[in-house]
Amino acid sequence: MAKLNVAQALNAALAQALEADETVIVLGEDVGKDGGVFRITDGLLDRFGKERVIDTPLAESGIVGTSVGLAIAGMKPVAEIQFLGFIYETMDQIASQAARVRFRSLGRFSAPMVIRTPYGGGVKAPEIHSDSLEALFTHTPGIKVVTPSNPYDAKGLLLAAIDDPDPVLFLEPMRLYRAFRDEVPDEPYRLPLGKASVVREGTDITLIGWGPSVPLLKAAADELTARHDISAEVIDLMTLTPLDEETIVESVKRTQRAVVVHEAVRTSGFGGEIAAVLQEKAFLYLEAPIFRVTGYDTPYPTTMFEDLWLPDTTQIVATALDAIRY
Amino acid sequence: MGDVSELFPLIVRMDEDGELVGDLGLVTKQDLVDVYREMRLLRAFDERAWNLQRQGVIGTYAPFKGQEAAQLGATKPLDDSDWLVPTYRDWAAGYVRGVPVTHGLFFSKGHPRVGDVPKSANVLPAQVVIGAQTLHGVGVAWAAKLKHERTATVVTFGDGSTSQGDFHEAMNFASVFSVPLIFFCENNQWAISVPIERQMRAKTIAQRALAYDMEGYRVDGNDYVAVYNLIAELAGRVRNGEGPFLVEAVTYRLGAHTTADDPSKYRVEAEEERWARRDPISRIEKFLLRESLIDEEQIQAVDVAAKAWVEEVLADFKAELSISSSVLFQSVYAEMPQSLANQFDQYMKRVKEVGA
Ligand SMILES: Cc1ncc(C[n+]2csc(CCOP(=O)(O)OP(=O)(O)O)c2C)c(N)n1
Repeated sequence: MAKLNVAQALNAALAQALEADETVIVLGEDVGKDGGVFRITDGLLDRFGKERVIDTPLAESGIVGTSVGLAIAGMKPVAEIQFLGFIYETMDQIASQAARVRFRSLGRFSAPMVIRTPYGGGVKAPEIHSDSLEALFTHTPGIKVVTPSNPYDAKGLLLAAIDDPDPVLFLEPMRLYRAFRDEVPDEPYRLPLGKASVVREGTDITLIGWGPSVPLLKAAADELTARHDISAEVIDLMTLTPLDEETIVESVKRTQRAVVVHEAVRTSGFGGEIAAVLQEKAFLYLEAPIFRVTGYDTPYPTTMFEDLWLPDTTQIVATALDAIRY
Repeated sequence: MGDVSELFPLIVRMDEDGELVGDLGLVTKQDLVDVYREMRLLRAFDERAWNLQRQGVIGTYAPFKGQEAAQLGATKPLDDSDWLVPTYRDWAAGYVRGVPVTHGLFFSKGHPRVGDVPKSANVLPAQVVIGAQTLHGVGVAWAAKLKHERTATVVTFGDGSTSQGDFHEAMNFASVFSVPLIFFCENNQWAISVPIERQMRAKTIAQRALAYDMEGYRVDGNDYVAVYNLIAELAGRVRNGEGPFLVEAVTYRLGAHTTADDPSKYRVEAEEERWARRDPISRIEKFLLRESLIDEEQIQAVDVAAKAWVEEVLADFKAELSISSSVLFQSVYAEMPQSLANQFDQYMKRVKEVGA
C-alpha cells in the first residue's frame, strides 16, 4: 500500500488497465510524450508504446468520434478531453453518438469507452477551464457520469469505468489532483458504479455532494459539530448517473433535512434533480425544504472573483443551520 | 498555383450511352447482367417507398434513385469481414452488405428495428447527423489496424457533409494514423436545396485529399464498372495496410431530398433531364442490349420480378412491424439502472392502460 494523491492513483489505474487488457488504449491531446497537461498519463507512453498511448491531433470531436468507432469495433478507448470546458466541441459525438449506439442498434452494437476530463474551479485557471458541466450529461441517457473525490475512489472508480459495458464520462476534480494523499492498494480493485458512499454518519441533517465539493462538506460537518452541536451526515455520490437514490433517500428519511452542494451553476444543476427525488420519495419525512448551495447563474468568473463565486464552507454551514431552524 | 482539380480527372469506363471507354476490368459480363437486375429491383423498391410515404404507410423517406451505381460499386467489392459505415440514403449499399431493404422502411416509419443490423453484417446503423459517421469510420478502421486485421472499411457521406468539421477531423485523423479506410463521398450535387458550389469554392471534393496528403480519386458515380474497379483496387490496397483514400463519386440525386422536399423550388428541369440521360441503370441496359446479353423480353421479365420482389419486401416489412413497446427501455444501458427500472414499471403500467 502506498500513499498516493488523486493524480497518482489515476495514473496507477490507467497503467494497470493497459497492462491487463490489450484492447485498452489511451488517447487525447498531449497524453503521450507530455503525459497529459496534469501528468495523469505520465510514463504510459514509454511503458506501452505509441500504438496504445496516442497523441492525437487537436480536435475533441475527432477524439471522441474515433473512440466511438474504436469501441464499436472492439477496442477499449480511454479518451482524455483536456478540460471539461472544451467538451462542447464534441457534444454531438458524446450525447448523440456514444450514448446512443446501444439504443440505436437495439443492443447489436455498444460503445464501451471512458472519457476522462478534469473539471471544477479553484485553481485560478483561464476562462473556460473551470466550468462544471456535469448536468449536460446527467441529462443524457445512455452515458454514465462518475466523479471521485479522493485517491482511493479515483483508482477504484476509474478501473470500474474502464470495465463498464457502457460509455462513462469520468470527471476528475482538478483542484483535488494533488490536494492530499491516501492509502491506495497496489493491486487493482474496483468500486461499483451507481453506488454512493456515506462518508460520515450523522443524525440531524444530510449534506450531499460530489467531486470537488466533498472536502467542503466534510469541513462543514466538522464545524457544525464543533460549533453548533449538530450531527451532519455526508454523502459523496461518486456516480451521478445512474443515481443511487436508495442511499440518499434512506439517509434523508433518518435526518429529515438535506442540503445539496455543487459548483455548477444553480439553474438546471444536478442539485435540482436530487431535491426532486428526495421530495418525491421522502416527502412526509422532511422537516425543511431541501436547500442548495451552488455556483451562481453567471458564466464562471475570471479568477479575480472565483473565490467569491464558488460555494464555501461558511455558506454550507449557514444553509444547514437554515434547514435545522426552519 | 495551377488548377489542382486537373489532378483529379473523372474516371469513366462505361459512358452514358453504354459504350465502353475503358475496359471492364474485374467486372464480368455476367456480373453486369446480375447487377443490372439488382439495380432494377432496388430502383423499384425505392420508387415504391416513395409511394408508401404518399399513402401514409411510412414517414419521411430519403430516396437513393440515381445513386445505385455508386452504392453498389462501393460495396460489391467488399468481403464479409469488411465494414460499411452508412447514412440515411444508403439503403442500396446496406442491402449489398446484408442489411435488408426493409430497414429503409423501418427508418421512415420511425421503427426501432432500423438499428437492429443483422449479426452477420458489419454495417453500422444509418447515421442521421451529417458527417458524424465519418469519425466512426476512422475509429472502426483504426481498430482493425490496431488488431492487425486485414479488413477494409468504407464510410459513405454526401457532398454537403464535406463542409462539416467532423469530416475534416476524420480526414486528418485517418491521415495522421494511416488507417485502412476509404472515404466514399456520394456527390449527388445537392444538400437538400444547396448546390455543391455553395458548399465549397474548390472544383472537386477529391482535391480535399491533397491537404491531408491522401490519395484522392474522382470517379463517375453513375458508372458501376468504374466505381467497382476503383473500390476493388483500393479495398485490396487498404487490406494490405495502405490508406486512407478519398473517393468522390460524381452522381446525382434524381429524386427529391426526401419525401418532404420539392426540388422544383431550387433546381431547373433541364438539369434533371441532363442527369436522367446519365442514369446508371440505363447505361448498363444499353450495353447489355448491344452485346446481346439481354433482350427486350428479359427486360420485361425483370419488371415482373422487381414487382414481385417489392411485394415480398413489403410482406417482410409488415410481418416485422410488431415489436414490444418495452424495447424503449431495454438497450439504454447494458444493465437497467434501478432508477430507470422504476420508470420502466410506470411506463409498462401506462402501456397496459392504453393497450399498446
Ligand atoms: C448536423 C446536421 N445538420 C443538419 C441536418 C439536416 N439535414 C439532413 S440531410 C441534409 C443535407 C445533407 O446533404 P449531403 O451531405 O450532401 O447528403 P445527401 O442528403 O445529399 O445525400 C441536412 C442539412 C442533419 N441531419 N444533421
